[in-house]
Amino acid sequence: MANLSSSLAGIKSSNPFWLASAPPTNSGYQVLRAFEAGWGGVVWKTLGTPITNVTSRFAGFTYKNHRMAGMNNIELITDRPLEDNLREIAACKAAFPDRAIVVSLMEVCEREAWHELVKRVQEVDIDGFELNFGCPHGMSERGMGSAVGQHPDLIEQVVYWTKEAARVPVIVKLTPNITDIRSGARAAAKGGADAISMINTINSIMGVDLDSWNPVPHVDGMSSHGGYCGPVVKPIALNMVNACARDPEVGIPISGIGGVETWKDAVEFLLLGASNVQVCTAVMHHGFAIVKEMMSGLSDYLDSKEMAEVSELIGKSQNKITHWDNLNLNYAIVAKVDQERCIHCNKCFIACEDAAHQCIDRVLQENGVMNLVVDEKHCVGCNLCQMVCPVDCIDMIQVQNGLPPQSWKERSAAMAG
Amino acid sequence: METQSFPGTPIGKPLSALEVSIEANRCLYCYDAPCMHACPTHIDIPGFIAQIADGNLTGSARTILEANAMGASCARVCPTSELCEGACVYHHDDTPIRIGDLQRYATDYLRETGQTVFKPGPPTGKKVAVIGGGPAGLSVARDLRRFGHAVTIFEAKEKLGGLNTHGIVPFRLDLEVALWEAQQVVEMGCDVRTSVTIGIDVRMESLVKDFDAVVIACGMGGVPDAGVDGDEFVWDAIDFIEAAKLGKPFEKVGNHVAVIGAGNTAIDALTCAKRLGAQRVTMFYRRGEEHMTAYDFEYDFAKAEGIEFRFFTMPKAIVRENGKIVGVKFARTELVERNGRTLPVEIAGSEYIEPVDTVISAIGQSRLTDLFDKLSVEHHDGVIVVNDRMETTRPGLFAAGDCIFEKGMREAMVVEAAQQGKIAARSIDEYLMPQRKATPPRELPKLTPADH
Repeated sequence: MANLSSSLAGIKSSNPFWLASAPPTNSGYQVLRAFEAGWGGVVWKTLGTPITNVTSRFAGFTYKNHRMAGMNNIELITDRPLEDNLREIAACKAAFPDRAIVVSLMEVCEREAWHELVKRVQEVDIDGFELNFGCPHGMSERGMGSAVGQHPDLIEQVVYWTKEAARVPVIVKLTPNITDIRSGARAAAKGGADAISMINTINSIMGVDLDSWNPVPHVDGMSSHGGYCGPVVKPIALNMVNACARDPEVGIPISGIGGVETWKDAVEFLLLGASNVQVCTAVMHHGFAIVKEMMSGLSDYLDSKEMAEVSELIGKSQNKITHWDNLNLNYAIVAKVDQERCIHCNKCFIACEDAAHQCIDRVLQENGVMNLVVDEKHCVGCNLCQMVCPVDCIDMIQVQNGLPPQSWKERSAAMAG
Repeated sequence: METQSFPGTPIGKPLSALEVSIEANRCLYCYDAPCMHACPTHIDIPGFIAQIADGNLTGSARTILEANAMGASCARVCPTSELCEGACVYHHDDTPIRIGDLQRYATDYLRETGQTVFKPGPPTGKKVAVIGGGPAGLSVARDLRRFGHAVTIFEAKEKLGGLNTHGIVPFRLDLEVALWEAQQVVEMGCDVRTSVTIGIDVRMESLVKDFDAVVIACGMGGVPDAGVDGDEFVWDAIDFIEAAKLGKPFEKVGNHVAVIGAGNTAIDALTCAKRLGAQRVTMFYRRGEEHMTAYDFEYDFAKAEGIEFRFFTMPKAIVRENGKIVGVKFARTELVERNGRTLPVEIAGSEYIEPVDTVISAIGQSRLTDLFDKLSVEHHDGVIVVNDRMETTRPGLFAAGDCIFEKGMREAMVVEAAQQGKIAARSIDEYLMPQRKATPPRELPKLTPADH
């Protein structure tokens, strides 16, 4: 059995699955239940000056029958007194010493205020801080959260102040609501952060009710943009995590966040360069118990790959992402339809016909069935037919064209030559 | 004589909103979908299911009824496993989309919310007579009204709906649904003459003279004599089901009911008798199980209802004592090849008496041959000859529904009748309004796909 224990910038946890700073980590009651279920660590819901929340706060994105494919929220940081939170943090840590408790913090951009908060919180036994520079609503209007995260100089400054006082590692949580997330990551590293975590939620309006014309969710008929998260944001998060992982100016470990629901999602984050993952929406949908299958699936996967440690996965695919200019223009694949498994729904035909390159033909067979046949001469290997096939009967097969690999860069150099 | 009721669950519970959501979103929305091809009326099935998934139930019902004016009854009575659901691509895995149930959900919504989705077209001044207010007649009438023609429906019975109202067992198709569907057509502005029989109450030739076109959609007649000694004591299955469905006073079924015949009407009579309280209900058929004309799902339903089956038996005589039926004398049969046909032939000395107290005949329906002769349309043994435009041999006279049903040629299904009515309405419109020119197809420049 593989060893699931994990480390992020020296913060040890029994597995790489942490709960993100969010409603599931609002109280000691919840965190104890999470640890009992098996979570390796938690990032305690952001502490700071307690706020007042509005109702309603959340909205789900339902795609067909899939509820919570995405989610947004306009909830703010903790609304509970600091003393209550600290007392519960201490109790949880004492009950589960092998788990990581990282505390999320948010404060106004003043050195003394940060020093005071950091010092008070680290009086209890905690494993690290996470600076909330990502929250896109409510706090940002008050000069906190993403208002900091969108200004690299402020990130660097606040990280620096925090590090002056902190005795435990400092993680910086980054907002994706910025042109290039690497600028925030670089600033965090420059300020002395021990790790970064990403992504925080994405600015969003979930929808509009077609009868009342009220936004969703609404507060007495009005709303403000919320933070989008859940399975649908995973591809965005993977890209941002990888961009930071490959950036030599960042150079610090990454905690991957964004749509993680299964061990497979977690493995993808690790392969692209994250050291662990944080989860929220999946728990808000299904409860803490999902971590059991996450642990068991990851363990079996590591065994199947003959890997002993989770850390062996980190970054395995990281450098398989490159500039488009470096991709091999001479690599060719074409679609092949397995006629035995085809159910003749014609989804591939119409997708190719209307939206791709018109190279799937419907060919009448002697038995009266119209087979879907790929015109391999014209197939550009775009994958669309394979993507829409409901029974996975289309494979993309490499064509041996005998041409040597050549990138756009090389081709334009040769042409210029 | 007493009014009878039907205990037991109706066949096919309506889907819940949750089931509908799951089912509608499970549909793949195939391109050139096989279910559409399998539907005799070619309903845009992926289209109406997508509308359900969207929450547009009115639009969904409109899509269904656009193609099939009998969409609500077809949702309940269509042999879907032989049609749309049998063709569904998920049928490979034995989990076809429940198309019939989804169709029911959408059309129920329309009925329950009291909406109408079609309007009559601008008047053309043309008048069409429709003989028969069953599925075929209603279908043709609905579309003729949409095209703007005046329509008069002549119906021999008191109520419209034909077999939907009178002949399909209530636990499969509610009277309420059949009458609602007919009312939808009436509200398009049809002149309806019920309890009027053509050839008796209205003279044939005046009909042809007074109207610009005539549609014969009169269905078939009653069950013919079974040819047994004591035929007068045998009930007609069609009358029996009609009385039961309409709640007419009818003689109570006995304890052991015999039904002669093995078609879908026989199944209806059998299951009807069982639900009316008969302790034993037995089907008698002169051929074997594999020769039954009832759909497999109907046969399965009858088995599940506890019906008994006797094959290779032929009724000879009704046995009566003290003015009451006490049994039927049957002879056993065997199949013999004669003149290239396989016929059931009585085995000598095989007669026996089956103790039963009610006998119902469901050996098919007679043809309204006299009417067709009077209308001077060509027919083969009571089956009107039509071309694929539903035109009879007499110009201006069209036919649709069971009166053109011929075994091996067409199916006697509600959905078939609806489609024939739809085709007839289009043919009549072209016949009456030759000046209506179809829009010529748009000329497009010839372009080939990029990279080809």
